[in-house]
Amino acid sequence: MSSDTLTLKVEFGGGLELLFSNKRIRDVTIPAFVPGDSSVPSPESESIQPTSLKQADVTFLLHYLREKHLTDRPELFMEKDTVRPGILVLINDTDWELEGEGDYVLKDKDEIVLISTLHGG
Amino acid sequence: MAPASCALCQNAKAILKRPKTGQQICKECFFYVFETEVHHTILEAQLFKPGDKVAIGASGGKDSTVLAYVMKTLNDRYKYGLELFLLSIDEGITGYRDDSLETVKRNQQQYDMPLKILSYDELYGWTMDAIVSRIGKKNNCTFCGVFRRQALDRGASTLNVDHIVTGHNADDIAETVLMNIMRGDIARLGRCTVICTQGEDTIKRSKPFKYAYEKEIVMYAYFKKLDYFSTECIYSPDAYRGHARAFLKDLEAARPSAIIDIIHSGEAFEVKEEIKATQKAQQTCMRCGYMSSNELCKACTLLEGLERGMANSVITDRARRKMDELRPAPDILRTIPQYRSPLPAVSVEVAPQS
Repeated sequence: MSSDTLTLKVEFGGGLELLFSNKRIRDVTIPAFVPGDSSVPSPESESIQPTSLKQADVTFLLHYLREKHLTDRPELFMEKDTVRPGILVLINDTDWELEGEGDYVLKDKDEIVLISTLHGG
Repeated sequence: MAPASCALCQNAKAILKRPKTGQQICKECFFYVFETEVHHTILEAQLFKPGDKVAIGASGGKDSTVLAYVMKTLNDRYKYGLELFLLSIDEGITGYRDDSLETVKRNQQQYDMPLKILSYDELYGWTMDAIVSRIGKKNNCTFCGVFRRQALDRGASTLNVDHIVTGHNADDIAETVLMNIMRGDIARLGRCTVICTQGEDTIKRSKPFKYAYEKEIVMYAYFKKLDYFSTECIYSPDAYRGHARAFLKDLEAARPSAIIDIIHSGEAFEVKEEIKATQKAQQTCMRCGYMSSNELCKACTLLEGLERGMANSVITDRARRKMDELRPAPDILRTIPQYRSPLPAVSVEVAPQS
């Protein structure tokens, strides 16, 4: 593991896993520094240096999950730059609302849990 | 951001921001306040008395799983003296209800409560799979809703319970308020916020989670590691409710108190006496004995339509009358077994919920 990437444990629940090939838990490796607009770098554009870089945050992770791992119905996962209302996010078992939501800067081995509340009761 | 400490015990690390109050609280305080609020809801509405037999309507989903767990916890902690049962309805939806019923069966072991499963197939002779293959996916939610309501009452009657509790939460009730306003359904608007309903001939039903936010229910299930099932019904979800739900979630994102505010708003509407007077009086279904506002109850009407191959024409009373003119009901139709009311015939003013 090099210091320019972060490996995170991402867990889906409450039916959200159905959008991610029905796999509940996965390890995700992302760059430690990412484009300022949270766009996910594609292999071809690697040589082009984005104008601004930021430390990888949860907003970037959401974009990354949508680009790389989501298999079904992207509109049920994100709206604009964040998760769709009704999806709960936990960062290391703490409500992300206490951790700065999308602006939380990720650390190596962080555990992110995403749970949908929208599925039948 | 530095981790905040709990606003209640000032001690442990906060793990949750409560949508109702904005308070940041720790895991143990969260469990305690969540359970205690439900307890207060139960006490204030005087839902139970010692010795009551109470069936928990259990689907295997998050709300009813948390409800079963919390009911058991509170019954033990505060000595309610209730006899608790799990009651599940098997609509006969392959790949959906069969899986969620497995969850309920595990809950039966985990919570040590007797479980009764009643299926549409044994009660009506039709599974939802069979109904959908006959009528398609357009009106199937109507059948399912009418059949489930009556099945729950009948299941409760076989268990000989006094009371059914369901997992309807604050978000569900706020959605229903919005839907009833949008449809101008003043009768349902009046009763959808009522915590406990009892018709003349039906078993008492109540919603101990009336003030519990969905976010907290899901967080509670997550932190308690409760075993629940979460898959959308395979026969198209209720699209209208879906819109109300998305709208409500947007409102909640802007202002978390919106959910309680909408429930309050629903309660604040007053139904005029002359409007109440136009609502139909309750009677007993001439075919199966279940309570009904017409000669035939909704379930018998729908079942007759299915049996006669005219299912799509029995959604309205007018269409039904047309069907009768065309061809009176033959005697050989499959019907629903006679309903025996578990209660003495006393009149209580509140009508059954929507």
